[in-house]
Amino acid sequence: MSYSESFFASKFQITRRDLENYLSEALSRGGDYADLYFEYLSTSNLSIDESIVKSATQGVSLGVGVRVISGERTGYAYSDDLSPEKIKRAAQVAAMIASGPAKVDKSSLHEGGRRNLYPVLTAPNETAFEERVALVQRADIAARTYDSRIFQVQATYADSLKHVMVATSEGVLSFDRQPLARLSVSALARENGGVPQQGYSGGGGRYELEYFQTSGTPERFAAEAARQALVQLDAVEAPAGENVVVLGPGWPGVLLHEAVGHGLEADFNRKGVSAFSGRIGQQVASPLCTIIDDGTMQGRRGSLNVDDEGNETQQNVLIENGILRGYLQDRLSSRITGAAATGNGRRESYEHIPMPRMTNTFMLAGQSDPEEIIRSVPKGLYCANFAGGQVDITSGNFVFSASESYLIENGKLTRPVKNATLIGNGPEAMKYVSMVGKDLKLDEGIGICGKEGQSVPVGVGIPTVRIDRMTVGGTA
Amino acid sequence: MSAVDLDALTGIAQAAVRLALEAGATDAECTISEGSEFSVAVRLGEVETLKEASSRAAGLRVLIGQQMGASYTSDLGDDGIRQMVRSAMELAKLTTGDPFAGLPDASELGSISTDLGLYSESVATLDTAFKIDLAKRAEAAALAFDPRITNSEGGGFDSSTGARIFANSRGFAGAYRSTYCSLMATPVASLDGAMERDYWYSTARDSERLESPEQVGRIAAERTLRRLGAVKVDTQKVPVIFDPRMARSFLGEIFQAVDGRSIYRSASFLAGKLGEKIAVDGFTLIDDGTIPGLFGSQPFDDEGVPTRRTVVIERGVLKSYLLNSYTARKLGMKTTGNASRGVTGNAGIGHGNFYLENGSVSPEAMIQGIANGFYVTEMIGSGVNTVTGDYSRGAAGMWIRNGELAFPVSGVTIAGTMQEMLTGITAIGNDLEFRGSVAAPTLMIGEMTVAGR
Repeated sequence: MSYSESFFASKFQITRRDLENYLSEALSRGGDYADLYFEYLSTSNLSIDESIVKSATQGVSLGVGVRVISGERTGYAYSDDLSPEKIKRAAQVAAMIASGPAKVDKSSLHEGGRRNLYPVLTAPNETAFEERVALVQRADIAARTYDSRIFQVQATYADSLKHVMVATSEGVLSFDRQPLARLSVSALARENGGVPQQGYSGGGGRYELEYFQTSGTPERFAAEAARQALVQLDAVEAPAGENVVVLGPGWPGVLLHEAVGHGLEADFNRKGVSAFSGRIGQQVASPLCTIIDDGTMQGRRGSLNVDDEGNETQQNVLIENGILRGYLQDRLSSRITGAAATGNGRRESYEHIPMPRMTNTFMLAGQSDPEEIIRSVPKGLYCANFAGGQVDITSGNFVFSASESYLIENGKLTRPVKNATLIGNGPEAMKYVSMVGKDLKLDEGIGICGKEGQSVPVGVGIPTVRIDRMTVGGTA
Repeated sequence: MSAVDLDALTGIAQAAVRLALEAGATDAECTISEGSEFSVAVRLGEVETLKEASSRAAGLRVLIGQQMGASYTSDLGDDGIRQMVRSAMELAKLTTGDPFAGLPDASELGSISTDLGLYSESVATLDTAFKIDLAKRAEAAALAFDPRITNSEGGGFDSSTGARIFANSRGFAGAYRSTYCSLMATPVASLDGAMERDYWYSTARDSERLESPEQVGRIAAERTLRRLGAVKVDTQKVPVIFDPRMARSFLGEIFQAVDGRSIYRSASFLAGKLGEKIAVDGFTLIDDGTIPGLFGSQPFDDEGVPTRRTVVIERGVLKSYLLNSYTARKLGMKTTGNASRGVTGNAGIGHGNFYLENGSVSPEAMIQGIANGFYVTEMIGSGVNTVTGDYSRGAAGMWIRNGELAFPVSGVTIAGTMQEMLTGITAIGNDLEFRGSVAAPTLMIGEMTVAGR
């Protein structure tokens, strides 16, 4: 596709010359670097509750963000109006971060590679709405028929189609079309008028709607949500204190996201405020751990052809056999520290300044048989599902909340236990990994990562892992 | 920043409603939100980022009989509004009829007439250099406080001005402006290679009412320093004190449990408990959207119903849920004026100023009364299940020994159930202060499980 056929050129008649002019305006007061981020986002969202489709919303938002970097300083402005006067005005406001005569020569824009990690012809957002309504209706029926103890079901379907274009004063010009869809189901179970218990499941990615007909079906997610709710009906108190913890494969990879991923984002490390700062080359995890952040996985929720600063995403080794190898970079951090780009500059929207963010973060498979890992534990906790987590990157303390876990007694899974928070310290916790399964699994595609008020879609994955020591926040 | 023309925006909202009715809607409501934001972040004395912009958006919700559809746009021109109306109408034809769908009755609509003091012209006209200076001073005060403050995540000043417009087909049209500003510092302290950070902030409708940057920086530094050298304690059951920031977080969980949407779905541990004693005698929890100058105040909710004062828990007895018109109809009750939404979709539930009334005990006296306990100043994670009441969160703070804050603790969790926490409160502080729309004094809970070593 040539520039003239690209979305913003054809829909808004924005020419290359216009882009070059806006960049010149942005650098008119002496900034070192400038970029423009154009975004056109269509979304739709619908939900079913009590078997009634109660909510259906669709809409469009668009805008452009202008950033100017001068030394370590960033000026930022945006406009939700793509008229030349408004864009020029935003460029002038962003330019104020610098003071002096223009010093960067105008460079001409050239387009980057055109790989496509999500060759979606018709985005879910572009399909007939009836087909999408059918997904939540099927989920509702499937969860209710799973078991008579299921008494409330909510299913939500959300999709978006984002057209982006990035132009930088270094001459990068990139555009991308980013489809995304997600279906999630929440079910409540109750037995004999007792305390209700909740189960939750869902999935999606950068796929065609067909994904929900073949692989991520409403029936599958509904059954999983219902199953989890029913399991909790028999849950006993979670243990309190240090335990051997075994994480099941897939979604429990949120451990890596909290314990390691955030602490390796280059902004924190450049400033020396992360528990991982200055530790490249050091042992920060057990030698069994190799942890990757990979933005290039086909169709995955955390994947991007280009990041939100116009760099191609790539596969980055964060920790190799327990040794810290690298940080996740955005353009500002790599400019300041001289590190190579990693394709991790992301932002929630044109209203936001990009930051180093994760894409899909996972641990490579190891040698152990997952069954053998469980058998190796005389007394401990097996966590099959989590509800999310949080980290204090400075102290390194992180938590993640188990939503489905079981006691391990004499090498066997016995009773389910109530939701509990697990807490550890990033650079320490990963040293206690003593067994890594050969069953690497990626999550289903529902992850949302929040940082400094900006949310972006991400993925995680992990094989079955044994951690010899971790504090479990139960009451028993 | 020029003052927004509220009349012009109100006209756009009313036109959108009219277009929807012409297109066959039986009811419609339109929200417009307009805002300008400014933020500066400084780090180690230098400006790090400067951001300034404004934006606006409109959202529409239509009903065709009992079927609803909703849409939004950032294009407030004629074409954008027409497209928004078409989108919402298209969706309404595809949803299922909900017997409880609808707008509030005309008799419920309105706006409170007292001046809530939500807008201060001064915020809109503040000089950029002045705002940068405040942020720099806050950070500098933190850095200068103690040599163990070795680094910083910076100081920041944010301000915004906004306008909210709402119109519906039952004859309501209203608009109000608001302003907001905040000042913050986040220092980093280190000791023997371990680092800790914490923050402090001040918020106000008007920059003159902010705490001084020196005070913000000093408190941020004190909070950070006292975390240095934190250890993990043994697993045990002890009395726990929540400082006001943490007590506020606990109130946030209670809010979810009284949200009308979780009540009608039986997805709250407080569902069906109206009139029952669920907390200790001294526990009186209020939601009040009408207090002048506070952050949770607004003249009408996001369905055009006047805000009000609702006693949620009175002396330990659950008195009211927080409702919008939909959840009120579901539950056979009256709306409490707590409808809340972005610009579009069905209204959810929001709170006004949601606060716990002051008790009589000073925080110092609470600490003095404890031989062995945990004073919590930070919690992380989302380990609270408001369906069951199960509570388990990561925590940090100070260990209490013989009536004194003895040493810092981190890497532990606190756990229990919200039911037991509410009935196990042994003291409520006398230090209520509004730093946001949720506020609470220091709170002491007789016993929780601290999990550590």
